[in-house]
Amino acid sequence: MKEGFSDPKSFKRRAREVKELLIKSILFCCAASSVLITFGVVWTLLKEALPFFQEVSFGQFLFDTEWTPLFEDPKYGIMTLVSGTLLTTFIALTVAIPLGTITAVFLSEYCSANVREILKPVLELLAAVPTVVYGYFALLFVTPLLQKIIPDLASFNALSAGLVMGVMIIPYVSSLTEDAMRAVPVYLREGSLALGASNFQTSFKVIVPSAFSGIASAYVLGISRALGETMVVAIAAGLQPRLSFNPLESTETLTAYIVQVSMGDLPQGSIGYKTIYVAGSVLLLFTLVFNLIGQRIRSRVEKKAK
Amino acid sequence: MQKQVERLKRQDSVFWVVGLGSLLFALVTLLSLIIDMAMTGWPRISPAFFTSFASRFPEKAGIFSAWVGSLTVVFVTAALAIPLGVATGIYLEEYARKNWLTKIIEINILNLAGIPSITYGLMALGIFVYHFQLGQSIITAGLTLGLLILPIIIVTTREAIRTIPSHIREASYALGSTKWQTVWNHILPYSSGGILTGVVIALSRAIGETAPLLTVGALTFIAFLPTPPVMAEPPFVSFQWLMDPYTVMPIQMFNWVSRPQEEFHINAAAAGLVLLTMTLLLNATAIYIRYRFRRKYKW
Repeated sequence: MKEGFSDPKSFKRRAREVKELLIKSILFCCAASSVLITFGVVWTLLKEALPFFQEVSFGQFLFDTEWTPLFEDPKYGIMTLVSGTLLTTFIALTVAIPLGTITAVFLSEYCSANVREILKPVLELLAAVPTVVYGYFALLFVTPLLQKIIPDLASFNALSAGLVMGVMIIPYVSSLTEDAMRAVPVYLREGSLALGASNFQTSFKVIVPSAFSGIASAYVLGISRALGETMVVAIAAGLQPRLSFNPLESTETLTAYIVQVSMGDLPQGSIGYKTIYVAGSVLLLFTLVFNLIGQRIRSRVEKKAK
Repeated sequence: MQKQVERLKRQDSVFWVVGLGSLLFALVTLLSLIIDMAMTGWPRISPAFFTSFASRFPEKAGIFSAWVGSLTVVFVTAALAIPLGVATGIYLEEYARKNWLTKIIEINILNLAGIPSITYGLMALGIFVYHFQLGQSIITAGLTLGLLILPIIIVTTREAIRTIPSHIREASYALGSTKWQTVWNHILPYSSGGILTGVVIALSRAIGETAPLLTVGALTFIAFLPTPPVMAEPPFVSFQWLMDPYTVMPIQMFNWVSRPQEEFHINAAAAGLVLLTMTLLLNATAIYIRYRFRRKYKW
């Protein structure tokens, strides 16, 4: 080799160093821009929602029992929308958490690897179906079906929307739960089986408790999916804000309200425009609180495990 | 003792049945959804359904503007989210030092993945529609969905890069390559399978997403196509289509579902069938890519 190593001061080498630095800065800017998105979300929500509270007092906002901001005689009781959201979320979770957990235990501890390889992607297709399709399914398939069992079920109701939402969330819960369970070291499983415990005892007394932090985050993900789900409830649960927890009646969630108002004409600064940002802020607050609880549980369990 | 063993064995087989049952319950629901939609919607599917615009008469209505709109919007989405997401993934895995700034970016991406999709729509309404005056256009929709799927692409890119063993990097550095040469010639090609899988899944999510587009005001009667991107006279290429109003498949379907007439529900089922086929095909593609690349590289 005639040239040997290139001279550190050569133009070619300098140019290469500049290029490397340039690429690194571009990549950094891309990564940093994701922080801008969060900032953008929080900033717009607050900026558009805060003027609302110049017109409406907090007391009215929290304790009014009706939500009719677009009527002649407007009422702004956010709790009506919150109760709808909590009701549908609760119904969805009573489906998704037990079924998701059982499915995860089955896939991780009971069935063979080959079966799992086939069933898991198929189960995940449930999460791939567009939510508007689930809305159609809830309104035009599940509701008529349920009406045969419960005759006084309204044609728009929280029950079928919640149930369909629950099935939709199963793969989110089961996937993460199963990952967490499979991450439990094999020696724990083998130790338990060697002591003569059955598969069932091993699963629920050894594996599930050791994988608890992962399972908790799976549940939290499920909860935030259910809180933020929009199309299923907008199509199948009706658009009637109601301060009640009766699953057989129609109801309206925070998300469905945003959709309902967005479908009309929405000039910036109008009361309708402000209220959807208020509803959005409350929704974001709920999701953040649940995410924080999830993180808290995880870090506490991890500390204990050490 | 004997009795207890028997009891435990019975418990095990009961749970086996319960587990299989709950799995089957989910799968049967999926299957009945597909079958119900196919049976209701199939009669309406014909070549004319794909080449007609929305109409007041259900039997004449079609999804022409909707599927063209979906394709153009997803094109904009991909153009924004893929470069940005992959670049972020590469930065976090290969370049970032472990400091507070990196930690903030990481926590932030986790949080972005957790916030409801409709809040992206609210942000887009405030920022893209009103602040930047982009209006109810294809570019607004594309950007909104692009930001929405960004976390998915970032997370899958990072996971794909993480599976590459460090001896590959070390070998490349030992031969005198710079960091970027290593990334460009080795890391990216070896992780392309995983990245591609994530991209396809993210795009299928974008195609099916409805809520954020409703808030930016997409629910309108669109009986025309966007401006064509190529012209006969110079400068031959036009970007006017970016600013055109649009409709997309899920919104067209939502529109039909929310009408009271039964006839329109048949249209909704047909549109849903097309939409479902699109997303399931994309997901099948993703599974296939993952399977092929897993066989290609063994470390």
